[in-house]
Amino acid sequence: MSSTLYGLLAEFDTPSEILTATQRAYAEGYRKMDAYSPMPVHDLDRALGMEKNAVPLVTLIGGILGGSTAYMLQWWINTIAYPINVAGRPMHSWPSFIPVTFEMTVLFAGIAAFVGMLALNGLPMPYHPIFNAERFSFVTRDKFFLCIEATDPRFDRVETAEFLQALNPRAVTEVPN
Amino acid sequence: MPETRVTERMQIEHGRPPVLLPGHDYSTVSDKIGSIVLSRRTPLGWFVMFGFGMFLVGLLGMAVAYLLYRGVGIWGVNIPIAWAFAIINFVWWIGIGHAGTLISAILLLLKQTWRSSINRFAEAMTLFAVMCAGMFPLLHLGRPWVFYWLFPYPNTMTMWPNFRSPLVWDVFAVSTYFTISLLFWYQAVIPDVATLRDAAVNPVAKKIYGMLAFGWRGSARHWSRFQSGYLLLAGLATPLVLSVHTVVSFDFAVAIMPGWHESIYPPYFVSGAIFSGFAMVVVLAIPIRKFYGLEDLVTMRHLDNCAKFMIATGTLVTFTYITETFLSWYGTDQIGKYWIWNRAHGPYQIVWYLDVLLVCVVPLLLWIPKVRQSTIALFLVSIDILIGMWIERVMIVVITLNTTHLPSSFGIYIPTRWDWATFAGTIGFFTCAFLLFVRLVPMIPIFEMRELVHETTEEVKLR
Repeated sequence: MSSTLYGLLAEFDTPSEILTATQRAYAEGYRKMDAYSPMPVHDLDRALGMEKNAVPLVTLIGGILGGSTAYMLQWWINTIAYPINVAGRPMHSWPSFIPVTFEMTVLFAGIAAFVGMLALNGLPMPYHPIFNAERFSFVTRDKFFLCIEATDPRFDRVETAEFLQALNPRAVTEVPN
Repeated sequence: MPETRVTERMQIEHGRPPVLLPGHDYSTVSDKIGSIVLSRRTPLGWFVMFGFGMFLVGLLGMAVAYLLYRGVGIWGVNIPIAWAFAIINFVWWIGIGHAGTLISAILLLLKQTWRSSINRFAEAMTLFAVMCAGMFPLLHLGRPWVFYWLFPYPNTMTMWPNFRSPLVWDVFAVSTYFTISLLFWYQAVIPDVATLRDAAVNPVAKKIYGMLAFGWRGSARHWSRFQSGYLLLAGLATPLVLSVHTVVSFDFAVAIMPGWHESIYPPYFVSGAIFSGFAMVVVLAIPIRKFYGLEDLVTMRHLDNCAKFMIATGTLVTFTYITETFLSWYGTDQIGKYWIWNRAHGPYQIVWYLDVLLVCVVPLLLWIPKVRQSTIALFLVSIDILIGMWIERVMIVVITLNTTHLPSSFGIYIPTRWDWATFAGTIGFFTCAFLLFVRLVPMIPIFEMRELVHETTEEVKLR
């Protein structure tokens, strides 16, 4: 194992403990850190300094693209590319184009929401140093973790470890890179 | 950690049974749901049901192979009833799918915590039901291998679909519905397969679940985007689920056939769809919670709420029957009057009377609390609703086509053995797919159960 360090990992039992610990670390000036939990914890993203995410914007763009593409495609097909006279209705009979426009809006927006969520999260990511921590597998069961990363300017192997210990965790471990 | 354990005090919420029985914390819900997939022995009943399902799938294979060889003439369809089992079963299956999205999306937006334990398998049920539904129009095409002509794509024939046709809307509605349901379902599966990845002992299982989990690590930043995406998908799925059966009902309502050309069709179809969908949820939930011992996670409260949904939507369906009968009688259209008379007195009168009995009368039993609290009674009533709603679609499709505007072209439809084989085959496909899902994917969303543990413990602390 190399001596490079990814960060220091503190383990907690409850959502309220991880929330307080993250808020204290943020107040202490740590920025390059992440909190890990087995389920969404309310306000934990805000405690890390994350104000809002871009998923809604991506979804909106997807929806607008899908709806406008669908409508224009139908208009082009039914008036220019392949006009069919159905019972004397106008070629551009817009009410009949609404269902498909709606469906395509939902389809594109939904795909944008899902793919956007994954892409912004940097997933799929088969390898991540945090998985090197032995007890980290409990993050998908019942434990909560706070990791202060070694790239943080305020990070110090000893001082940061002492700070984390003061937060009263179950354990503090080093995560090798 | 006593504060994260659901205790006896939480058992009674406003005098109703709880959504989670006491004694659970984060680790017990994770282990209990995860172990069904990873370590527990598969019950013998699973193999029996799977074998039965595979038998029917074999039948489906035969029916489809013979259909491709001979053509749709092997079915009982002919002019004037050119559209029988194919559309009946399509509407029936896709209607069943509706409850899954309703539970997962609409109830999520309404913050109904009881949805958590049943939404995963209700959504899986949706996916498989839509697959079964999709088979029928595809097989009915005559040349299913050129199904892609339905989509607008540049081709050497320089032909394009006619977007004024509800049948083209159907293609878009159903494929969108399937895609969105799949994404919505899979997104919630990601954190749970990550749980399986970390809990698995078998190295192969660990690898497979690891790949399916996309490297999920539960970061708070990821959860934030996850929740935004999940809520947005729910918001998108909500109008979608109402639109799908609306578009399906346009297949009928846009035609000028007597009894089809009615503005009541969209709400009529949507309420009927949710009615049968909840019946299927109950039919699946009751044996599963029993065989896998999940009575503490899928409680009587869930079944009771499903039954109440069935009461509400079933009453709506009965109401639309009354409305359309009244309007036909009150209206001036002679063929419309004859059509409603033909329902009760024509060659298919048995279908009409069975429909009223199974859809309008028997489900009234659900008003009795004792029936809702008995799993056997609830199961039987749900089966009755599923059969009844299938018969309703037979009534809608066959009794209208049977009496068109021209008395000279009145006709009779009798399903052939190939019609029945195809229908039974899709039931087998549905059974097998659902059993595989139960075996391979956590059938209850684990991370949402952890949230439920958290919420119930917080509630007690506040009191």
